[in-house]
Amino acid sequence: MSKLGKNSGRRWFLKSVSAIGAAMPAAAALGADADPHHGHGAQLAQAARVKGQPQPQAYGWLTPSEAAFIEAAVARLIPADELGPGAKEAGVSFFIDQQLAGAYGTMARNYRQGPWPEGTPQQGYQSRLTPQEVYRAVIAEIGAVCASRFKQSFDELTALQQDEVLKEIETGKFELQSVSSSFFFNLLLANTIEGFFADPIYGGNRDKIGWKLVGFPGVAAAYGEYIERHNVPYVAVPVSIADVQQHVAELDEHGHPKHILLSSKD
Amino acid sequence: MATKLKSVDVVMVGVGVTGTILAKELAESGLKVVGIERGQMRDTHSDFLMPNVHDELKYQRRHDLMQDLSRETITFRNQKDETALPMRYLGSFKPGEGVGGAGVHWGTQTWRFLPWDFETRSRTLARYGKGQLAEDCTSQDWGVTYDELEPHFTKFEYLYGVSGKAGNLNGKIIPGGNPFEGRRSREYPLPPMKTTHASALFAKGAESLGYKPFPTPMATPSAVYTNPYGVTMNACVYCGYCEGFACEMASKGSPQTTVLPVLMKNKNFELRTLANVIRVNLDSAKKRAVSVTYVDSRGREFEQPAELVLLTSYVFNNVRLMLQSGIGKPYDPIANTGVVGRNYAYQTPSSVTLFFDDKHFNSFMGAGGLGNSVDEFNGDNFDHAGLGFIGGGFIRSVSSGSRPIEVRPVPAGTPRWGSAWKKATAHYFNRAFNLALQGACQSYRGNHLDLDPTYRDAYGLPLLRMTFDRHENEHKMSLFITNKAAELGKALGPSKMNVNPRVGKYTIVPYQSTHNTGGAVMGNDPATSAVNRYLQSWDVPNVFVVGASAFPQNGGYNPTDTVGALTYWALDAIKNRYLKRPGLITA
Repeated sequence: MSKLGKNSGRRWFLKSVSAIGAAMPAAAALGADADPHHGHGAQLAQAARVKGQPQPQAYGWLTPSEAAFIEAAVARLIPADELGPGAKEAGVSFFIDQQLAGAYGTMARNYRQGPWPEGTPQQGYQSRLTPQEVYRAVIAEIGAVCASRFKQSFDELTALQQDEVLKEIETGKFELQSVSSSFFFNLLLANTIEGFFADPIYGGNRDKIGWKLVGFPGVAAAYGEYIERHNVPYVAVPVSIADVQQHVAELDEHGHPKHILLSSKD
Repeated sequence: MATKLKSVDVVMVGVGVTGTILAKELAESGLKVVGIERGQMRDTHSDFLMPNVHDELKYQRRHDLMQDLSRETITFRNQKDETALPMRYLGSFKPGEGVGGAGVHWGTQTWRFLPWDFETRSRTLARYGKGQLAEDCTSQDWGVTYDELEPHFTKFEYLYGVSGKAGNLNGKIIPGGNPFEGRRSREYPLPPMKTTHASALFAKGAESLGYKPFPTPMATPSAVYTNPYGVTMNACVYCGYCEGFACEMASKGSPQTTVLPVLMKNKNFELRTLANVIRVNLDSAKKRAVSVTYVDSRGREFEQPAELVLLTSYVFNNVRLMLQSGIGKPYDPIANTGVVGRNYAYQTPSSVTLFFDDKHFNSFMGAGGLGNSVDEFNGDNFDHAGLGFIGGGFIRSVSSGSRPIEVRPVPAGTPRWGSAWKKATAHYFNRAFNLALQGACQSYRGNHLDLDPTYRDAYGLPLLRMTFDRHENEHKMSLFITNKAAELGKALGPSKMNVNPRVGKYTIVPYQSTHNTGGAVMGNDPATSAVNRYLQSWDVPNVFVVGASAFPQNGGYNPTDTVGALTYWALDAIKNRYLKRPGLITA
């Protein structure tokens, strides 16, 4: 657990920023070059794709301190441990960043008109805040409390202290003003799980870490000839949407990927 | 000012499961039919494409195929002394939007309600006496019997390519089928789907307890199938992306895979999408519908006159349009008078999760309703004397295909996060499955639909308000049948088991089922039904209201097959009786 100790979140963030800096020229060139068949940028992108190199990730909406909080928090919710990498390594903070910046973060497909009385638990979410606004307001609140209580930011606390704070938020002992603390905890946990298991197209589940953990093959193959093989584990190299779109995966006549099967692991 | 359009024979509001069937049949009989749909056109080969159809976040979590609540939602409260508040996120149920409606993303279980379900009140009184029903229970007979609907069930099952095994063929009990089902005139159009490991274990366990397991009937073809309309569906490949998703294989019974290819070629039919009907206009005597008013995507209002108006939306919009248009008397739960909005009901689902340390299920493989079921504890298939409730539900093994954002079972007591959670999630993802129970739900005086006094939709019109809670009958029933499922589960030899009967107040937050029913219920008495037994408005006879809105209470099954049967039943009445002699169909 030592690698998850003090300051790890901040260091990871700085590392991410420098990675973005290094990748900048290629990204800028790609943006400037409208013709995908010409120009240096397109060639670089093409080369990266052929080599299967991941695109560099960056934060578009979260501020550095917000990103540091989320990286640290998701690393506690789904930690890296003896079973393998966790939510932070899977890029869940980038997933949350992208979700907050888009339709989900602004409740584009949700009913947003008032009035907004709190209602009963059975009536569901009733705040006027969008997820974007919830994260911004709550992370600031948690930051202020951590500053006065620990004289440190959340991401600078030890893993043990971070767990303690998260548990207090979960149980409501850590009171929030902007929304109920249990609401925020459930939102953060739900978004973390989404980012850990969603298709990598959304910025999380990097290297299909989540799918590999549970034994989920991602984009499905045709399973008709396997489904009646009872108690025989079907262990496949997971396939993502990008793998199919970019012709990394071979397809059958209906467009389903032909999974590469690994030997039984059970 | 609305632009008045040329009159047509039939205008229908909503182009989903019920609307497409009615449109196809009526257009074919020579009538000019206009179908008005608030959403967009969607089709298999243009929209339901690999690999993006297999995107759990987009479809299951962000509800891409479902109702856009920013324009319209409902408000909800448990009791009438509470203030109803808007449903801001989809949760408990997931209505569709766009051509095909929820018929695009449904899970395909295709059950016939029991003969008992259609005569709930009279058969309960006859067998148990008045004491068996709660005083405020308003469950009633449907005005139509199972035997009357039987040919129409068969038609719908042959249309939607249902795979299954008959248990009662013309009165003869057939081994391997459901011995409790009503008499069937024909075998299912397709043999059952394949048997998963979970299905096989379930069947063995059920038989060891003396139950009669059978394959869960589902509108997913086990082989290539051409329906009576000449539309061909593909055989299912068990990819496991069904409920909540559209099918890339055209292997799910839906308007797109069964009716639309024929309907869209018929020159008598015109589809208008992105058009939101806000009102049915009545004549001055309020006895006849003259037109519907809709708003297009540019905000223009149109008035479409028609001889016959069919409300073929989801339950909520059928009822809301009646209330907004003054079709029928709104229900008053205090005086217990009026009919529109009366007998809103739902479902009482529960589950038992079984964990096996020594077995592997490849849980990600599957199909919508795939599994085996037992029906010993449904309807009045067992003696309810002394139990203090009526109704029940079937128990099925679930091999729907697990996707890990939504389905990652862990034993009760597992922490919600951290390494222990991670370990249990990784261990059990492919080593667990659910037994699911589709519990029935009776109707009560307090549970109803009306118009909200505060909240409005994007057109400035009142939202529909739902007042609903489950009652003692439902809680007792859920506990009883879930305990039966737990006994069955135990016989399968799991290492751990979670038992989750439905308890507490109804909440709109977690998903339960898109099986909302009632509000425009059918019957033989205009004092207790909004539509007659042919789904025709008692008050405005050139309006038919088709869908689960007609269910006087909900049975212990998924509703779609019964909705399909009612559609053909209403169609028969429209074609062979109403059109020959327009007016209220009597007897």
